Amino acid sequence: YLPLDVIIFCINILLQGVQKPFQEVIDLSSGDPHRAGMKPVSFIRQVLAACLYPELLEDESVPLDVRLRAQRLLEDCAGGSVGSYTPSSGLLHVRQSIAEFITRRDFGVPSYTKNIYISSGSHRALMVIVKLLASGEEEARTGVLTPMPCPHTLPTLLDEAGVTLVPYRLIEERGWAVDLEELHRAVTTARGRCQPRAIYISNPGNPTGEQHTQPSDSCLAAFFTHQFFSFACQVYQDSVIGLDREFISYKRVLFEMGKEYADTVELVSSHSLSCTCIGECGQMAGYMEIINMDPEVTHFVDTMLCTDISAPVTGQLALDLMLKPPKPGDTSYDTYTQEILLTLTTLSQNAQRALELLNDLPGMSCQPVMGGIYVYPHLYLPSEFREEAKTLEVEADVLYCQKLLKEERVLVGAGHHGGATSSHHHLR
Amino acid sequence: MTENGVMSRAKVLTIDTINPTVKKVEYAVRGPIVQRAVELERELSQGMKKPFAEVIKANIGDAHAMGQQPITFFRQVLALCSYPELLSDNTFPEDAKSRACRILQSCGGHSMGSYSASQGIDSVRKDVARYIERRDGGVPCDPDDIYLTTGASDGIVTMLKLLVSGEGATRTGVMISIPQYPLYSAALAELGAVQINYYLNEDKCWSMDIPELQRALDEAREYCNPRALCIINPGNPTGQVQSRECIEDVIRFAAKERLFLMADEVYQDNVYADGCQFHSFKKVLFEMGPEYSETVELASFHSTSKCYMGECGFRGGYMEIINMDNEVKAQLTKLVSVRLCPPVPGQALMDLVVNPPQPGEPSYDSFIKERTATLSALAEKAKLTEQVLNTVQGISCNPVQGAMYSFPRITIPEKAVKEATEQGQQPDMFYCMKMLEETGICLVPGSGFGQKDGTYHFRMTILPPTDKLKILLDKVKEFHQKFTQQYS
Repeated sequence: YLPLDVIIFCINILLQGVQKPFQEVIDLSSGDPHRAGMKPVSFIRQVLAACLYPELLEDESVPLDVRLRAQRLLEDCAGGSVGSYTPSSGLLHVRQSIAEFITRRDFGVPSYTKNIYISSGSHRALMVIVKLLASGEEEARTGVLTPMPCPHTLPTLLDEAGVTLVPYRLIEERGWAVDLEELHRAVTTARGRCQPRAIYISNPGNPTGEQHTQPSDSCLAAFFTHQFFSFACQVYQDSVIGLDREFISYKRVLFEMGKEYADTVELVSSHSLSCTCIGECGQMAGYMEIINMDPEVTHFVDTMLCTDISAPVTGQLALDLMLKPPKPGDTSYDTYTQEILLTLTTLSQNAQRALELLNDLPGMSCQPVMGGIYVYPHLYLPSEFREEAKTLEVEADVLYCQKLLKEERVLVGAGHHGGATSSHHHLR
Repeated sequence: MTENGVMSRAKVLTIDTINPTVKKVEYAVRGPIVQRAVELERELSQGMKKPFAEVIKANIGDAHAMGQQPITFFRQVLALCSYPELLSDNTFPEDAKSRACRILQSCGGHSMGSYSASQGIDSVRKDVARYIERRDGGVPCDPDDIYLTTGASDGIVTMLKLLVSGEGATRTGVMISIPQYPLYSAALAELGAVQINYYLNEDKCWSMDIPELQRALDEAREYCNPRALCIINPGNPTGQVQSRECIEDVIRFAAKERLFLMADEVYQDNVYADGCQFHSFKKVLFEMGPEYSETVELASFHSTSKCYMGECGFRGGYMEIINMDNEVKAQLTKLVSVRLCPPVPGQALMDLVVNPPQPGEPSYDSFIKERTATLSALAEKAKLTEQVLNTVQGISCNPVQGAMYSFPRITIPEKAVKEATEQGQQPDMFYCMKMLEETGICLVPGSGFGQKDGTYHFRMTILPPTDKLKILLDKVKEFHQKFTQQYS
């Protein structure tokens, strides 16, 4: 995939090359809300400022709830400073807040602090887990079932960790649903090439935007029967778009399937500051909740997190603030609520507008977007265009994106980068 | 089959099925002794009676945890970057405000919450390059050679990833000093690289010894392909500050034997002893003329965690890459993009570290005052530690020339060695565990860092406030005398 700096480099080259008056490039490819103009949540930034510079705790112009919260968070930092090291799995107080959040979110399904590990983002959490899973050579090499399409950074991560990517197609016609038969097919055809041992799920889907509103019993039962280790990346859980919809986590469904599943299926779920309403990607902090992992193995999760020392402390504190926001009656509650509502409304409206427009265009169709920050329309490209792409030795959707950038100064991602099969073309 | 007819499920991930290289990873600084210290703290807080009133964690190089104060200017700028509405607050000095604006301008959407380029924010890399040029008396530095990292650890591990390859007899070997900072051994284990130990000379104040480097290299060539040489200067855990001649000798050695040099210089401002001075590997390299400066491949590392800042929690750092092949550099750039980007607040902090207040600016005087106070306190404590420990029979402490630790040698009676071995414990771990249980002082045994066979050490930080440090040293003295008597 193209790292951000390469993209920016390309933009610069293109802008220099074309003799047009300077025009700003609109970047719709990088999942970076602040870069796109979203304002940080005031409460979070105010508390962090007070933690960074505790003189602000005496400043009465700073809202009371901000000061109290900063004080509480600093109590948990060694020496009362955000500059100190923390335990490798993160500050205890923050891990407790995370466990409490999960329990509330999942309607009482208990979450325990000891199962919570804070990492430098969910990307890092995934790397740690996949590295643990990586073993074997050739046909015995660990395979990880990966949805197609998948997050554009995922194939590189799996390659780096030393595992084999085993693709399973999401069914576009059914709103990008996970299909049991397709999973079976993927597993069966992979055997002999590698040993599938784990499955990666994105819920809401990234970049496809589907929500597994009923992470169906049949799918999880399949995981169980085939004995898979599951990793559920649920970073966009806060953006469930549309009315009367709630986010249902994989852990909750697992629990509701009864003890025989809830006590045995090995599941890691991740979340991070990069989520929709918070968008603090550059602060690099997230968490994973680890269920039913062998305790001897859990020891090594900790050991591997040790080589990072810990996630950045301001990021850890931001997690606490994200998951334990102001309550009704708190000084900052109104402002906080307004800011979140504005973000969710904007996203919801944008999704709606994008869907209408794209579905109206000839040669384009787009499944409903129920969550996340992307739309993933299907491109029906004329055969002449596909031929041209072939002669240029470039994927057709990549060529489309290049032309879009050159002519309209709009940067989008090509579905090809997400691993979509070459007979179908998409934009992200 | 269980009672209800369901097959009981074996775990997918067990100790037998996990990644075999991960199993070899251990990290002494946060190992079992620290876990026990945390347990004891919990027991104390629950009201359990102990022979001590508090647990003193003199195991980890965390200055703020031990009461060192952050630099006011740095924290002001970071607070302003976090919540820019504070720019209208008159209690913040003008120079802090203009720095914050400059930093925010180079962030996407003017927010520290945006991802940055994976190599780091452009303007920060430029500032780092200028800092290095100033520090090294004008030796030029190209911002393209600068990579911002998540602490120095991230840079070190990334470089090792690039260097490690091959199978069996051609497997990459990496030379590392013994004693060493356990990140290196952990990273080498995780990467499946061959660790090549070269011993520092304890009798000569932990200096590097070329004949010893040669010995280690020649022996290693029998079973692996040595490609890199890691140096920590000032040293961790030993605190030695290498002389300029020594650094030149090492560079000549690396050139002759075609080794990639990795210079871990995170303690570069922590130099205390008279007659000692920090010489950057890069500066010395360039002053040795083009025969070396145009050929020797070098990576130098720095971070925001040590020196006078002590901002470990920000995970800020950088590395400078010298004379790397262009194609390899392209691979390095690709490799760092996998971890997205270093935390932006850490990048902002690094910018301030390399670009502190200048004479004439409003914050200059208080900045200098704070920095001087911190560094001179450390120098005082370094001397105190050496003095007190050397009054104890059975403890011998080399001068703490720099960094943040003392690494004294201890004599452990035979009886204790025997008891330790029977319990399956390293003798110095046994010693440190006993010290923890009896005095509440948490140190790291020398076995966690490596030491010559038959010798024992512990690493103790010099970070607690002076009055607490005095008490700590007296308690260590008392314990050692008691321990020696008990096992005589």
